[in-house]
Amino acid sequence: MAKMKALICRECGKEYPTKAIHVCELCFGPLEVKYNYEEIKQNISRKKIESGPHSMWRYIDLLPVEGAPSVGPHAGFTPMVRAKNLGAFLGLDELYIKNDTVNHPTLSFKDRVVAVALTRARELGFETVACASTGNLANSVAAHAAAAGMRCYVFIPGDLEAAKVLGNLIYKPNVVEVEGNYDDVNRLCSEIAGEHKWAFVNINIRPYYAEGSKTLAFETVEQLGWRAPDQVVIPMASGSLLTKIKKGLQEMETLGLIGKVKTKINGAQAEGCSPISTAFKEGRDFFRPVKPKTIAKSLAIGNPADGYYALKATAETGGAMDMVSDEEVVEGIKLLAQTEGIFAETAGGVTIGVLQKLVKQGIIKKGDVTVAYITGNGLKTQEAVIDAVGRPVRIQPSLVNFEKTFKMGKNGGADA
Amino acid sequence: MPSLRFHIRFPEQKIKEPIIYQIGHEYKVVTNVRRADVRETTGWMDVELTGETGEIERAVDGLRKKGVLVDPIELNVVE
Repeated sequence: MAKMKALICRECGKEYPTKAIHVCELCFGPLEVKYNYEEIKQNISRKKIESGPHSMWRYIDLLPVEGAPSVGPHAGFTPMVRAKNLGAFLGLDELYIKNDTVNHPTLSFKDRVVAVALTRARELGFETVACASTGNLANSVAAHAAAAGMRCYVFIPGDLEAAKVLGNLIYKPNVVEVEGNYDDVNRLCSEIAGEHKWAFVNINIRPYYAEGSKTLAFETVEQLGWRAPDQVVIPMASGSLLTKIKKGLQEMETLGLIGKVKTKINGAQAEGCSPISTAFKEGRDFFRPVKPKTIAKSLAIGNPADGYYALKATAETGGAMDMVSDEEVVEGIKLLAQTEGIFAETAGGVTIGVLQKLVKQGIIKKGDVTVAYITGNGLKTQEAVIDAVGRPVRIQPSLVNFEKTFKMGKNGGADA
Repeated sequence: MPSLRFHIRFPEQKIKEPIIYQIGHEYKVVTNVRRADVRETTGWMDVELTGETGEIERAVDGLRKKGVLVDPIELNVVE
């Protein structure tokens, strides 16, 4: 029997074959992959996983593909950094940074979801892939499509800055600038996905695509020595990543790879786009869509597809949500860089900022084993910190001048 | 006959208005509500509109002119 049982509606439970569909025909609810856990349980073990490839594909038994990975063989299995300096600064005994700033090949966690989406797309017979994106997703789809020899379309709003487009053009996808705003691109892409036989990774392939995020949870458990953390802090855009980390942890428990999971799932957003965190803090089970206005562009989804499910997941685990200002985002980026040597993009600043808030509020406690997810590389959003990092120290080219500037004595130098 | 699926949100002041009924009369589209949550101060519906493509476009514009917010069923897909 296959490991994938069906696609199942998250609302009404109706089941569908594992094809390129994403919406329930009955109630229009979103579909997700349902697995045959009894079957998987017979084939999976810690030992088997540990002897697998040094990538996220070591968890292939829990990913929605039928054969071997054909796209993105090196994605995942990024470092789990024991953040002693940042932990000491925040007052946490055991803090870890799950560092997807070095994910392969495009330096964000999107390489995980895209590797799964394109492998599955090929299995379903697609030759053309597409996405609607202004940043990390477009980068990853374009790069993976180039390596896989697939045709690629990237849709962007017509008013996007040129610099954002450049990172995609290098892979030579078809970049389509749609005359209009985000809403217009949304609607057009939804209609194109309905009309053309393309693998639109975050539309008709979304049930498979989203499952790639679970690998962050699997790696967390394995890299912590086969245990689930007490607390996790996860940045939220659509909310999908948060729900899938919860699902991944639950699967580890279901399969008997770890004991009962008691992890509290915490969500992080930027104040300028915080529909999910705001709903949580106001005690609502629904969110109000917003027009994003934040430097954390990779989290700027004003009407998040999984917002409702993220609220539910956090509430079920006894976790919390919070948001930070753009200034706090920049401070978070600097703090992580200056304590752990990790340069994160703005989403990482959001995560660190919210982590700091949750510790201050006593929600995350000193002894809690805590993992913060850093999902993208700071080299992608340098404009966010350019005015906040100071200038180089300028000196004349003489030893005297150098030693004077840095107050050099016998015991070495001081900061200028 | 083409069908398109939309997620429609009603601002508080529009909740009592029979907007779906009106759209079905003003445009040549069949409206089919599949899922909804309408409360005192907020409401949304997942709706299928069936008709000629141009007429669906006009119906969507009509909905927007009446003050409701219309998104694709997937909500935001630009990531």
